[in-house]
Amino acid sequence: MADLLVYCEKVETARELLCQGRQFAAALGLGVSAAALGPGAGSAAGELAAAGADRVFVSEDAVFEGWPADAVAAGLAQIAAEAGATVVLVGSTRRGKETAPRLAQKLGAGCVTDVNSLALEGDTLVAGRYAYGGATVAREKLATGVQVFAVMPKTFSSDGATAGAGTVVTPALEVATGVKLVERRAKEGAVVNLDAAPRIVGVGRGFAKREDLSLADKLAQALEAVVGCTKSLADFEWLGEDRIIGLSGAKTAPDLYLAVGVSGQIQHTVGVSAAKLIAAVNKDKEAPIFRLADYGIVGDLYEVVPAIMERLAKA
Amino acid sequence: MSVDVIVCVKTNPDLQMIRIKDRQPVLEAIPYKVGDLEKNALEAAMQLRDAAGGGTITALTVAEDDRKVKETIKEALAMGADEAAIVSDPALVGADPAAVAQALAAAVKKIGTYDLLLFGEGSTDNYTGQVGARVAELLGLPQIGYARKISVTTDGVQCERSMDDMIETLAAPLPAVVTVVSEINEPRIPSLMNIMKAGKKPLQEWTPADLGLDAAALAPQRQIVSNLAEEQDRKHILFEGTAAEQADAFVNALLNEGVLGR
Repeated sequence: MADLLVYCEKVETARELLCQGRQFAAALGLGVSAAALGPGAGSAAGELAAAGADRVFVSEDAVFEGWPADAVAAGLAQIAAEAGATVVLVGSTRRGKETAPRLAQKLGAGCVTDVNSLALEGDTLVAGRYAYGGATVAREKLATGVQVFAVMPKTFSSDGATAGAGTVVTPALEVATGVKLVERRAKEGAVVNLDAAPRIVGVGRGFAKREDLSLADKLAQALEAVVGCTKSLADFEWLGEDRIIGLSGAKTAPDLYLAVGVSGQIQHTVGVSAAKLIAAVNKDKEAPIFRLADYGIVGDLYEVVPAIMERLAKA
Repeated sequence: MSVDVIVCVKTNPDLQMIRIKDRQPVLEAIPYKVGDLEKNALEAAMQLRDAAGGGTITALTVAEDDRKVKETIKEALAMGADEAAIVSDPALVGADPAAVAQALAAAVKKIGTYDLLLFGEGSTDNYTGQVGARVAELLGLPQIGYARKISVTTDGVQCERSMDDMIETLAAPLPAVVTVVSEINEPRIPSLMNIMKAGKKPLQEWTPADLGLDAAALAPQRQIVSNLAEEQDRKHILFEGTAAEQADAFVNALLNEGVLGR
């Protein structure tokens, strides 16, 4: 029997892909496999089973330490062959995105990366992703017998999963890597996780100087939100690259995205278009962000933001 | 030592010039240019060459359309590539990342000697990030993605990259495939003198057939069902009045929507 195979080095993303993958598999008459690679990876087998995996292929081989793309692609290709996988869903994290095409090349498979929607049309999977710098959404399908989709984290929910049998398989893999890990160190300072934030205050070039961002920090505190930014503020080194939202940063789906002094260039807004609610404060009535906003205030952020905080204090 | 680098450059449409009409992107008469991240890759190659005290930088590009290729490669040469090679043929119409990777890998084999293959992490227009990884697999090379620092020694290449909450330093023997991110450098702007010289630099021109590639090798695996500007269903409510009045109505709206977590 053929299978749908799911892999992501992040267990939460693998669970999302399994939860949805199980529905695709049922419609396509496929079984569901998951792969867990790297030292200690086997401890996730239970979670992957609960999210829908009938079989969990586990390899704790030290070659997978740090998930080098060549080794992970080789390992997954061998697992895909053993599982008889015709559809492979990989998390489109940075690591997944460098691995999925190499895996596809090994399998003679077509591949779509940065997928932010995936649905069956008849018995064909059609993937959506941004094109032309975010100006359009391309819907793509693959003509190959084996198909690899690298799907963005949080595209699917892991709620309401149907558990699979969860049989653990330990495949004999022949894998080597040409890449050596010299050093790995944690980033200095706290690193924000925009993906997980329920509310985000986005800041852009409407802020006149770096010190003024304290205003955004206070607003974020009042909203229990996290501060994200456009690429240009990170280029100025006003904020770290971990806070960039958009094509070159995080693609987020918060309950609320509040854009303050953000003009709304497409390269930025692709990272928030999945937000449940978009609100904006900008002094330029013609700013593109208002075309995307549910609620907007045209005004000087240096007056409007303190007024919002004052009102929030009474809420 | 010297270091020979092949920089793979995509022919990117100038995104600033794309208009949307009836949700369709209008691409006629759009200028083509070196993608943003490939400019970073070219700059990195020049810095590596200068640090090594010698070597050759070859800019390599693939496209179905002669105009796209020439506009792009001229810019790469003006930036400072020493030589260029292009693969151009109508057979590449509709080429997907797999087909482009086949053509690039075949061209790299034809060029023969190189220490490093550099790519942007993704192209400015479609950002699939597939081609570098596919070429690495086709040539059986190690790959390091997202480099923000690169150094080359006789032992190989060493790169620093930022992954989630970690900074990693990775090393690989040469030859290797490395993709770069924008933080790596500030690409130089071609001087008038270099723009003048670009036309005189060596340029190799191949068709896929010259590289031993047949139609089957280039057959697209991917089909674009549609490619349209997104329609967003948003409320578009603007609040008026004084800052205090605006803030009041605004916060009320957010409270009613239940997005404030209280």
